This record gives sequence, C-alpha cells and structure tokens, in this order.
Amino acid sequence: MTSPPALSIRDLSKSFGPARIINGVSLDIAPGERHAIIGPNGAGKSTLFNLISGLYFPTQGSVLLNGQKISGLPPHQINRMGLSRSFQVSNIFTNMTVRENVRCGVLNTMGLGYSFWSNIGANKAAHAKTFEILERCGLSDKANVPASLLPYADQRSLEIAITIAGNPDVILLDEPTAGMSQSETARAVELIAKATEGKTLLIVEHDMGVIFNLADRISVLVYGEILATGTPQEIRGNAEVREAYLGDEALPEELA
Amino acid sequence: MSTTQESFDYSAHIPSNAEKFRQRTLPLLIFAAILVAIPLTGPSRTVYTLMHQMGINIVLALSYNMLLGRAGLLSFGHAVYFGFGGYFAMHAMNWIADGSGIWADFPVFLLPVLGFGAGALAGAVIGWPSCRRAGTTFAMISLGVAELIASGAFMFDSFFGGEQGISGDRMNGPELFGLTLGPISQVYWFIAFWTVVGVVGMYAFTRTPLGKLSEATRDNPQRVQFIGYNPQRVRYLVFIFSGGFAGLAGAMAAVNYEIFTPDAFSLVPSGFILIMAYVGGITYFVGPIFGAILLTYMQSMMSDFTDAWLLYLGVLFISIVMFAPRGLAGIVFGFSAGLRGPRPRAFLITWLTQLAGVALMLIGLIVLVEIAVRWSNGYGEVFAPFGLPLAQANPLSWLLVVAPAIAGVALSRRAARMREAQA
Ligand SMILES: Nc1ncnc2c1ncn2[C@@H]1O[C@H](COP(=O)(O)OP(=O)(O)OP(=O)(O)O)[C@@H](O)[C@H]1O
Ligand SMILES: [Mg+2]
Repeated sequence: MTSPPALSIRDLSKSFGPARIINGVSLDIAPGERHAIIGPNGAGKSTLFNLISGLYFPTQGSVLLNGQKISGLPPHQINRMGLSRSFQVSNIFTNMTVRENVRCGVLNTMGLGYSFWSNIGANKAAHAKTFEILERCGLSDKANVPASLLPYADQRSLEIAITIAGNPDVILLDEPTAGMSQSETARAVELIAKATEGKTLLIVEHDMGVIFNLADRISVLVYGEILATGTPQEIRGNAEVREAYLGDEALPEELA
Repeated sequence: MSTTQESFDYSAHIPSNAEKFRQRTLPLLIFAAILVAIPLTGPSRTVYTLMHQMGINIVLALSYNMLLGRAGLLSFGHAVYFGFGGYFAMHAMNWIADGSGIWADFPVFLLPVLGFGAGALAGAVIGWPSCRRAGTTFAMISLGVAELIASGAFMFDSFFGGEQGISGDRMNGPELFGLTLGPISQVYWFIAFWTVVGVVGMYAFTRTPLGKLSEATRDNPQRVQFIGYNPQRVRYLVFIFSGGFAGLAGAMAAVNYEIFTPDAFSLVPSGFILIMAYVGGITYFVGPIFGAILLTYMQSMMSDFTDAWLLYLGVLFISIVMFAPRGLAGIVFGFSAGLRGPRPRAFLITWLTQLAGVALMLIGLIVLVEIAVRWSNGYGEVFAPFGLPLAQANPLSWLLVVAPAIAGVALSRRAARMREAQA
C-alpha cells in the first residue's frame, strides 16, 4: 500500500580525488514533502544536487526516484523521469529571449522530442503552456527580452521558470533567492510555494526566513554528512546544529 | 488584473500573423521573385555562370551556418559533405546515361535529392564520433576528417576518378518541367529551383523544435540536459541535416559543371565556405546568403582585375572578424536600425564618416598592394589607375598610400568618438 519515497538517497558518497565531499548521505523524501537542506558554505549541498540530478556519478551509494534507480543515468533521462533542478548560478540560454528559454523547457512535455517536422511557432499548446509558466513567474511582460539583458532577480525567476516548465514531480532548487533583496525574496517564495504545490521539493537555502516559511522538514549538511533531520522546530532546538553553525555568518538570529 | 492561467491572452507577446508575413514570408517571396526576374534581363553567359555559382554557394554557406551560427560547431571540413553529395550525383548522372533499371526513369533534375541523401549519410557516419564534443575537439576532428578524406579521394579511383575526377552529361534521362538542361538558361531554372528549396528548407528547420534545441545547445549544452535533451544527440541530428543540405549544393554543382574532382574535398573550399558564412554574418539567417553573393562575386570578378584578390579577401575577412563580428548582415541591419533609432541624423553622419574613413583606408591599401604586386612580378608593369601611372619610385605613389591611410584612420577615430558621445 505505502508508496515509495519520491526521492530516496541511500548511503551516497562522492570523492574528488582524495577529498570526500559527500560522505554516506541517506535521506528519504516523501511525495509532496517540502524538504530544505541547510549547511555552511562548502558543505556539499550543490554537490549533492549534482549527484541526484545526474551531473556527477556517485562514488558510492544510489539514488531512487519513485522507487526507480536513477544514479548512473545521464541527466536528460533523469529529467524525463520527472526530476528537474535549478542552479545556484543562473544557467539560462543567454542568446534567446525569455519566451524562447521557457519554450525550450516546455518542448519535452509537449511530446515533441527531437522533432524536425513541425513548426514550433504554430504550436498553440506550446505557446499556452509557455505563457502559463511565464505568467506564474511574473515574466510575461518581459517575454521578448533577450535573457542576457534581464535584471538579476528576473534571471533568478527565469531559472525557476525553466526548471518547472517541464512539469516535473520532483523539483530541486539550489539557493533560488541568493542575492535577492527582501521584497524580491518574498515574491520568489510566493512563486516557489505556488509552483511546487502538490510536488516534491528539495531546496537549498541560506535564508532561514524562507526555510521556515516553506519547509516541512529540514536536513543539516555539514562536511558532507547529514548532522540532523527534522521539523523546523526540532532543528531550531538542536544543540549540535547550533554548534556546527557557531561563528558562521550564515546563521541568522532565527536559529540562535 | 488576475487572469486565470488558462485564459491568459498571450497574443500580444508573440509575433502576429502580419508580422510573421512581413518578417518571414515576404523576404522569401521577394527572393524568389528576384530569381524569377533575373532571366528577363537577358543575362549573358558570364552572368548566368556567376548566378549559378552564387546559388550553389548560398545553399552551401547556409548549410555551414546550421553548424557554426546555429549550433556553435566550428567545422573546418564542410566541403567533405558537399563533395560526397556532388560525387554521388555525378555517378547517378552516369547511371542515368546508361539508363539501366530504375535509372532510366530518374530525372537529372531530381539529383539534388540524392545529393542530400549522400551528404546526410556522410554526416551520419562522420558525425557519430565527432559530435560527442563541441568546441576545440569538434573543430580538430573536423579538420582531421577533412584531411583524411581529401587524401583518400586521390587513392580510391573507382569512386573519385583519380585526378581527372568523374565527369558526365546532364542531358540524359527523362525531362522534368520540359527542361532538357542543355542550354545554360535552362540550367538556370534548375539552380534557381533548388536554391529556393534549400533556403526555404533551412529556414523552416530553424523553426522546428530541433532547430530551437540546436540554438539552446549552442548557448548552454549543460542546461539542455536538464530540460530533458541529450546535447550530443541534438548536435548529431543537426550535423546530419547540415551534411544533407551541403550534399544538395554538391549535386547542384554536379549538374551545373558536369564534373567533380577530388580537389572539391580539399581544405581550400572548406575554408572558403567558412569565410563566406562568417563575412556574411553568422548570427543572422540571411548572413551567409549575403556572404555567398559577395564572395562569389569577388571570386569570379576580382580575379580578372587583380592578381591580389586573395589578399583582399584575407583583409576583408580579418577586418570583419575584428571590427564587424556580426558580418555584412550586422552592418546592414545595424544601419537600418540606426536610421529608425532616436537620432537618425547623428547616426547617419557618424555612419558616413566611418564609411569615408574605410574608403580612404581602402584606397591606400589598394595603391600599396597593386604597386607591390607589379614590382614583385618584375615585368616592369606599372599600376595606372584612371590613366595615372604610379611607379614604385614615384613619390606621388607613396603619397597616395600614406595620405589616404592617415586620413582614413583619423576619420575612423572621429567616428568612434562620435559613437561614444551618442551612446
Ligand atoms: N567538481 C569538483 N571537483 C573538486 N572539488 C569540488 C567539485 N565540486 C565541488 N567541489 C568541492 O566540494 C566542496 C563542496 O562544494 P559545494 O559547491 O557542494 O558546496 P555548497 O554546500 O553548495 O556551498 P555553497 O553554500 O557555497 O554553495 C567544496 O569544497 C568544493 O570545492
Ligand atoms: Mg552550493
């Protein structure tokens, strides 16, 4: 009866040469759960995302998506199985317009594959889906702006737009609000909450306000190991976590 | 202003049908109309020959830009696919002449279809190992493959025909559209038809999902993986199409010249294709068309006027790379955008200043090169533009080199300052 976890990370390790960056991470994330990963700079959060999304092969361990093994598969196959990710540093198609960026993300769900016999400009469904995403991310007014000319906050929104365009079940967001002002962050959180409704979310964030707003559970990653996993309340009261963060500026007052 | 997602009206944000017609269909119609109108001017044999070469080069340069401009793949061996398409068409032309089996019913007019197939097949075979990586790796492999096939073409005589190549006769087999393809004015319709097919086909390709993915892969191959596509596969498929259209151009050349030699595979034509596309402007679809027209013209006309035309070609190429990386198309569209900008007058004055500067520098360069070439040839020939003899020892000659060059540089700097002031 019980459905498998949306995402199951089992004893995952990654070494670069002698440096073991991820060390025996295990984590189960239930379908529909919003899970945050926090940890100091260089803890291995982005590396963990790279392992899950297929950019890196694990040195050890495995990752399962809805009970199916995905570690070892190339990123595009993992994406087609319903897992999509964003990047900490905006990773967009710079010579295309905002609209074309999102439309590229939509192609796959339209069943268009590598099609070379249909005119994408005449595809009403692709247009509608593209603008549904743009509208949701507050980008429809900038639809025809070249992506490289977007202001920073809008580039971050576009990053999220491309990530959710393919209608994934499991979404990985790597510091989506990094570098945003307070009001921009508030807007981004609203967008993320709406865009990930009914989906499974794994999010890396430094902003504790964002995390306590969004997350059902939190895992703390330090030196490639999970120090603790629990509800925001549990993590807030965890002495070990406080110690790990001691002196780290990333720790805001909320945790202290 | 809370619209529900389903009913969001996006029509204001996408090109309207009128815009699409004006920007896409209309230019193609005008292009086709020009091609239809050219024979009405009663062109000479020389003009026909030039037009045919232009048509072939337009298709070839566009097919090259499917790689360089649209997929970010720098190839040094594009003539290979042109060559395979052309050779296969030559063989097929001879099979048609023999008239055995199905070949008895195959019109020469349709040989470009086979050329497309042969070029695409060559692309499918060669692209398999070379499209795994973009960047320098891809460029080096393309160079290696081109060298390999260029030398192989002199070894396997039964297919490539040795140094004499393979020749044939296009006036065989069934006629299509009542064209015997005998007189050059009939070959014109063959070339015009396939040029339009090539241009329309390659333009249509840019509108397909694969065409868009090709641009996405050029911009950011990593992110393409995370929207569910394999960038290697995107490159490979684009490579096959590019090879196909190059092969189509090869078959056009086969029918036009009725001969193909192994020289077609050498690095010289590959380099010329690259220069045509780049000089025309690789960021625009029409860029390579501009480049093909200008460079074909230069190739056939300027070589009659001067021994040094390759030198001028080199200077043109380097100048474009350094000062106008968007090519001729960039200059043309930049000019029209400037005139429609907020300060058309100031823009025009700057532009004309720049133009005068370039023209003056060009005069200095031409005088220098032409005097030097004649001096170096040692026949005692004297460069005499407009009946004015300019010997190498004549101080006036050197004045005509130095003065325009200095004035040209000064005007260009002035234009640069004016542009800065306007920015
Ligand atoms: N490809 C790689 N090769 C070698 N070392 C790497 C590689 N990728 C990451 N690292 C190292 O792994 C460690 C963890 O990096 P990672 O980017 O995962 O940290 P992070 O937790 O995301 O930090 P931040 O909060 O700054 O984003 C760093 O010390 C980094 O230098
Ligand atoms: Mg990181």
